[in-house]
Amino acid sequence: MDAELSVPALLGFGADGWGWALMAAAGLTLAVALAAMAIGAVLGAALAAAEASRRVWLVRIAATYGLVMRGVPELLVVLLLYFGAPGMLAGVAGLFGLPAPGSPPAFLTGSLAIGLVSAAYQAEVFRGGMLALPRGQIEAAMAAGMGPVVRLRRVILPQVLHHVLPPLGNIWQFNLKDSALVSITGLAELMRVSLVAAGSTRRPFVFFAAAMVLYLILTSASSALFRMIERRGSRWAGGR
Amino acid sequence: MDFLGTTSLGLLRAVPVTVLLFLASALGASLVAAVLVAMQQARVTQGLARAWIFVFRGTPLLLQIFMVYYGIAALGPIRHGFLWPAFREPLFCAWLAMTCCCSAYIAEVLRGALGAIPVGQIEAALACGMGRWTRLRLIVAPQVLRLALPAYGNELVMMIKSTSLASSITVLDVTGVAQQVIAHSYRTLDVFCLAAAVYLGMTAALTAVLRRIERSLDPLGSARR
Repeated sequence: MDAELSVPALLGFGADGWGWALMAAAGLTLAVALAAMAIGAVLGAALAAAEASRRVWLVRIAATYGLVMRGVPELLVVLLLYFGAPGMLAGVAGLFGLPAPGSPPAFLTGSLAIGLVSAAYQAEVFRGGMLALPRGQIEAAMAAGMGPVVRLRRVILPQVLHHVLPPLGNIWQFNLKDSALVSITGLAELMRVSLVAAGSTRRPFVFFAAAMVLYLILTSASSALFRMIERRGSRWAGGR
Repeated sequence: MDFLGTTSLGLLRAVPVTVLLFLASALGASLVAAVLVAMQQARVTQGLARAWIFVFRGTPLLLQIFMVYYGIAALGPIRHGFLWPAFREPLFCAWLAMTCCCSAYIAEVLRGALGAIPVGQIEAALACGMGRWTRLRLIVAPQVLRLALPAYGNELVMMIKSTSLASSITVLDVTGVAQQVIAHSYRTLDVFCLAAAVYLGMTAALTAVLRRIERSLDPLGSARR
């Protein structure tokens, strides 16, 4: 009976249409990617700082982390967190004598998994950015009495941003696409919803094509946005 | 100990599937990428090549794999046509999706290397009276190969990791076997760590081979530092 529905009716916003569901799912995909990017930025900055430190063991930990995360499939990391998180949480809770808290929300484990991988790549970018800045400038800024925030805003960011933004844009694109892996946790993001819709209407081609179009809109819109920011960011760098 | 031993053995037995998928799609993707770069040189075919790269780079590989295995395979002409024996096989579908997807990334790498060759060299070759093929064989191709190798190597490492997505359409590669073992034993952490070690071994081996090729193509060490 469903096979009789036309493509516009299937993808529309009517009673039989999956339009709203797909839109909401695209929003959730964006949210997963954003959360992963933020987790990756914080952890990546910490890793870059660790790799620049004078303590050998910190450098080793950061280097090993990068090596492992860049050598292991993202899918494996997502699966490990999805299946392993409840056990790990129960173990931690057990240490404090608390009952097992059950499995954490899929959004959290999913974006954490993508973020953990993203961090390894972002750390490389931050490390490269810091190398582009001569040490003397930081020392000069400190000598001029600038605090860490002013230093970052007035000295570091204007010079490092245009080195860092293009590779960060690439990593963002990868995060956006890797978020599809989170579908295995059952989170209703774009990949998951298109699978469910394909299954329940038995029109896989229509729904996977629709999902492809939505992913293309997300990736090309965000790359246009990044290009705009890049143009603004290179104002001070004598860029075009 | 016994469990870990048999699991490692099972995972290692799945390595050939992963390696086969990787090699076949690396070969296919490289060929398609070369065609895409050639298409970008002519005005008529430029648009098609650009659209191909836009679509396959802009959507997740997992979605492309599902599209081939469930979407395209369900279409009438495929389902009832002579291609059905191929589209029935999940390994073939994974290979097709990976070839299309990775060709887009590799084409961008090759295009970048092509753009790095000084125009003066092409003009000099023209001035020497070299034809199109001689120019390609003696001037362009050797340099593109060397310039593209580091980025091309990165793409190959990405491809090894991407083969794990084939497990989502029932291919029993290393990830697929790992999931199977977990479904039987519920021992998540150790099995996934073993699988991760297998993948790390494969990517490390590939990186070592690539570094060796890079060094042999650059005997003077000019690219290092």
